[in-house]
Amino acid sequence: MKSFYGVSLANPLMLGTAQYPSPAVLAEAFKASGASVATVSLRREGRQGQGQSFWSLIKKLNIWVLPNTAGCHTVREAVTTAQMAREVFGTDWIKLELIGHTDSLQPDVFQLVEAAKLLCSEGFKVFPYTTEDLVVGERLLQAGCEVLMPWGAPIGSARGLSNEYGLRAMRAEFPDVPLVIDAGIGRPSHVSQAMELGYDAVLMNTAVARAGNPVAMARAMALAAKAGRLSYESGAMEPRDMAEASTPVIGKAFL
Amino acid sequence: MLAPWCEYENAEEPVLRLGQQALSWWSGKTTLTRNGTLVVASRRDLPELRRFAQQTAGYVQIDEAKLLGLEPDLTGFTAGLFFEKEAHLDPRTALSDLVQLLLQAGARFHTGAAPDDFSVRVDCRGFSAKNQLQDLRGVKGEMLIVRAPEVQIGRPVRLLHPRIPVYVVPRGDGVYMIGATMIESEDKSGATVRSVLELLSSAYALNPGFGEAELLEIGVDLRPAFPDNLPRIRRRGRYIYANGLYRHGYLLAPALASGVADLILNNEQSELVDEDCP
Repeated sequence: MKSFYGVSLANPLMLGTAQYPSPAVLAEAFKASGASVATVSLRREGRQGQGQSFWSLIKKLNIWVLPNTAGCHTVREAVTTAQMAREVFGTDWIKLELIGHTDSLQPDVFQLVEAAKLLCSEGFKVFPYTTEDLVVGERLLQAGCEVLMPWGAPIGSARGLSNEYGLRAMRAEFPDVPLVIDAGIGRPSHVSQAMELGYDAVLMNTAVARAGNPVAMARAMALAAKAGRLSYESGAMEPRDMAEASTPVIGKAFL
Repeated sequence: MLAPWCEYENAEEPVLRLGQQALSWWSGKTTLTRNGTLVVASRRDLPELRRFAQQTAGYVQIDEAKLLGLEPDLTGFTAGLFFEKEAHLDPRTALSDLVQLLLQAGARFHTGAAPDDFSVRVDCRGFSAKNQLQDLRGVKGEMLIVRAPEVQIGRPVRLLHPRIPVYVVPRGDGVYMIGATMIESEDKSGATVRSVLELLSSAYALNPGFGEAELLEIGVDLRPAFPDNLPRIRRRGRYIYANGLYRHGYLLAPALASGVADLILNNEQSELVDEDCP
C-alpha cells in the first residue's frame, strides 16, 4: 500500500461522519469497517469550535481525522476553512473540496488548483477532490499535492464508477501517486471495482450513513475493499470474447 | 409533530414504540389533529422516497391523484407516502394546556432559584444540564414560522432531499412552521443566512405560495442529545435528571415523564433509566 503523506493506512476505507442516525451508530459503523480515516466537515458544524461535543466523539474513534472544506465555493472560503480546521483538529491534513456546480456538486477544478497551491505553500497536506481529468491531476501534483481523489460519480449519487475508463487511465498515468476514489459509492461492489482498478483507498459517507443498517453496510464495505485489493494483487484474468475450455479437449476419449 | 413512523427513518426502535404511545397520551390533553403525515419528493429525488419507504413503516404509497386528493395545493409531485396514523399539535398551545391541567391538579409553579426543602428534584433543563451530564451534546436546530395565506396545507408535509430535507407543519390561520436544520454544533447564536435560505427554498419548492409569505419568526435552539439520540433518566441522590429528548420532545416526553414518576413513586426503573444511585 502506498503511504499518504508518509502515513501508511492499515485499511483502505475512509468514511465521512455526516448523516448517521446517531453518533453511537457512527462509532459502531467505524468499528465494523475498520476504517483508517474519518472525514469531518467544519463548514457548518462548529466554526468557532462549538461542535466540540461531536468532535470529541470523533476523536475517541482514535483514527486519522481528515477535515474537509465541504460546502465551499471559493478559494477564499476553502483556505479559511482549512486554516480553522488546522486549529480545531491539530492536523495539516485537509480534504480540499471546492464545489463548482450546484446540482451535480462537481468540483471547480480551476479554483481547486489555485487553492491547492496556496494551501500546499502554507504547509498543508492536501487531499484534493477532483475529477478523473489527467491534466487537472497533473496540475494538482505540480501545486504540491501528493494524493489525488477523483470522483467515482457525483456526491451522494450512489452510481458507482461512472467512468471506469477514465479512472483506469488515471491509475496508469499516475502509478506512484496514492489515488482515492471519493464520492459516488453506493454499494460494496463499487468499492471492490475501485480496488480492483488498483486504487489505494475509497472514501464514502452516504452509502454507509444512510443505509438501512449502517453498521452492517460498513462491514460489507470493508470486506469488499479487502476482496478488491486481493483481486488486484492476485492478478485477475483479462476478459475474452470467446470461450476457453479449462479442460483440454484434444485427445479426450469419445464416450 | 407526533410522527413516530416517519421518525423511525433514522431513529432507534424505542422512538417508534414509545412514540406511538404518545399519540394516545396527548389526546384529550391538548388539541390533537389526526390528519396523518404526507411525505413527498421531487421527480429528481424519487430515490429518496424509495429509501424513506424502505426505512419506515405504517404508510401507504399514493399516486399523484391521491396526493392531490389529500392536499390539492401540492402540485408537481407524482408520488408520495401517506402515514395516516400520525398527528400533530401546536407545541405552545400544548404547553399552556399542560400548565392548566397541572394547576387544576393542584400543582404550584415557582420561578427563580429552586427552594432547598424538596426531597426530590427533577432536573429537566435540556442542554443547560450539560455540566451535570457529561455525555450530553447540543444539536443546533433552526426553524421558521411564516404566515402564508396563499397556501392551503392541512397536515404536516415532509419534502425529502438528499441534503436539505424539510417539513412544513400547519398551525392554523395560514401559519406554518418550516423546519428544521440539524447541525452538530453547540453554537447558540442566531440562525445563519444559509440555513434560512435552504429552509425557505425548500418550502418554496413545495408550494410557490410560500414566496409571498410573511416571515413571523426565526427560531434557534439546541436539542439536548445523548450519543444514541435516545433520552435518559438518571438518579443521583435526590436529583433525577431527565434529558436527551433530541428532536423527539413531544413524542417521547410522555414516556420520559412516566419513567420519572415510576422512579419516584414506585421505585421502578423504566427502560430509560441508565443510572440509579438513590
